[in-house]
Amino acid sequence: MGSSRELTIQDALNEALRMEMRRDERVFCMGEDIAIYGGAYGVTKGLLQEFGEERVRDTAISEAAIIGAGIGAAMTGMRPVVELMYVDFAGIAMDQIYNQAAKIRYMFGGKAKVPLVIRTQGGTGKQIAAQHSNSLEAWFLHTPGLKTVMPSTPYDAKGLLISAIRDDNPVMFIEHKAIYNEKGPCPEGDYTVPIGKAAIRRPGKDATIVSYSRMALRSMAAADTLAGEGISCEVIDLRTVSPWDTHVVIESVARTHRAVIVEEGTRTGGVGAEISARIMELAFDELDAPVERVAGVDTVIPASATLEAAAIPNVESIVAAVRRTLL
Amino acid sequence: MAPTLARNMPRTLTPDLALWMLRMILTIRMFEEKMLEFLNAGVIKGGSHLYIGQEAVATGVCAALRNDDYITSTHRGHGHGLAKGGDPKALMAEILGKATGVCRGRGGSLHLADLDTGNLGANGIVGGSLGIAAGAALSAKMRNSGQIVACFFGDGAVNTGIFHEAMNMTKVWELPVLFVCENNLYGMSVSVNRATGLTDLADRADGYRMRKAIVDGQDVFAVLEAARHYGEIARSGGGPTFIECKTYRFGGHSRSDARKYRTREEERQWRERDPITVCARRGIEEGWFDTATVEQIRSEVAAIIEEAAGFALSSPEPDPHELTDDLYAA
Repeated sequence: MGSSRELTIQDALNEALRMEMRRDERVFCMGEDIAIYGGAYGVTKGLLQEFGEERVRDTAISEAAIIGAGIGAAMTGMRPVVELMYVDFAGIAMDQIYNQAAKIRYMFGGKAKVPLVIRTQGGTGKQIAAQHSNSLEAWFLHTPGLKTVMPSTPYDAKGLLISAIRDDNPVMFIEHKAIYNEKGPCPEGDYTVPIGKAAIRRPGKDATIVSYSRMALRSMAAADTLAGEGISCEVIDLRTVSPWDTHVVIESVARTHRAVIVEEGTRTGGVGAEISARIMELAFDELDAPVERVAGVDTVIPASATLEAAAIPNVESIVAAVRRTLL
Repeated sequence: MAPTLARNMPRTLTPDLALWMLRMILTIRMFEEKMLEFLNAGVIKGGSHLYIGQEAVATGVCAALRNDDYITSTHRGHGHGLAKGGDPKALMAEILGKATGVCRGRGGSLHLADLDTGNLGANGIVGGSLGIAAGAALSAKMRNSGQIVACFFGDGAVNTGIFHEAMNMTKVWELPVLFVCENNLYGMSVSVNRATGLTDLADRADGYRMRKAIVDGQDVFAVLEAARHYGEIARSGGGPTFIECKTYRFGGHSRSDARKYRTREEERQWRERDPITVCARRGIEEGWFDTATVEQIRSEVAAIIEEAAGFALSSPEPDPHELTDDLYAA
């Protein structure tokens, strides 16, 4: 039933929240403009009407207290889903994310649980420039104690959000602002997508492209282009950035002997740097070419649409990187 | 859920309760003196933010709480952990970084937490636990559990951003929190009057239209009375209260502190109002106990602290093979 149904990512996320709130009364939502307004990107629309203001809470503009309160509620028996309107705002809540949420279980000798989901969105695509367009997942990858999830399809968005809500750890759930309206298959029922498992979106034999979030979609488009030239790319969508699926990536590189990592975040100290280093450590002998990184330019995200587009990878730059590995 | 009184204490001020409080103040004092001894002997390097002088605050507040109520604590948190019912052995072992510590040697002095007693943790970040307190209170309210949260913080925390965010959130949602401000007059070296424009930090509450009270933090009976009164308001849905406790840390901020920012005369005046003396004098005057009883409790507590020290010193170090255990819940 409903296996051919298509939803947008936005609606898939909304459905995941509704289903978990119906299933478990400990689940509640809290954040800026999530109730009456329905969320800056519409993900929480209608939740207030179904669940009421006790469980769908508009807050003041207080990012640190929103996340701090989420932690306190999570430690004491609730399963909060808090919304950080833009991942860029993590800057004003970072103490709560990395010093508190991520560390509490460890600091307290494993006696505390923090089942907190921090839903947020990042990335470029709306010309809202330097303080509303960043891809900051590398910060969270660098923070032991957190999990970081970044879906690229409606199916994964729903299944991963349900997994994140049921997980007993703090999860950064980072959506991408430019792909909320992407449509795709999304079953009606209750299902989960496991955190930490990558998906092979397209099998191939000549090169492995590793990506996630919006860049996984561009990587698929690049693979299509390359297929027209007789180049067969395996495209891996990590889906989870931390802990990322080392196993699937290394196995694929062992088959294709070439790796291209694609991310929207800035290149230096990025997710690609970490994945590249792990490939070097675990599969150096398998490589027939240097690992390629296609990443955001090391710059502040500009406002101009022309400059913004130039700051992040596109299909052509991914295609070019794959070709370089085959020279 | 039937309310349980902290350690089954009576709700009126009885000799038993007065004795419990005297015993707790002495326990905290002697615990901290043992820490000082360990610091001076080089047994420990961290864990030097001692609570000596402020014992009546944690004791009076926790005496007003139920066992299932929560506290959040600070970098000066040994006293809070003890007063909320923590085992001196497990707390001391934690400060020594031992495997038998309440946090298995992961947290130490700065992150002493004891979920079993409702202690949601000391915090190495000034103001870091204010949001957590709000969230625990939100949880209590949503679960309709009747629990309240006592959120301890120092005078330094009132100038942090999250203090304002958490105060505001707690008042808007009328959450059951006692914001217990331990105003010991100095945030490390900077005095309150150099850090704020206020004489009474309780005035911060006005900006949120929050109820406020100012209490003599050296007098455990005054602290108890305020915590009971405002605690019951919070428990019955009446929202948060800001309770400023005027107190003093008798030692420095930490062991490296030469205390150049205050005078020895000021210290002498505050030491005259030692919380042990204030508590013992009142109890003897009221006829709740006598001098011999005070001395008897003192020697009983000394034995408990020696036992805790022996336990902590003889406990094993954590196993480095377990270094990354507990980063994630399964």
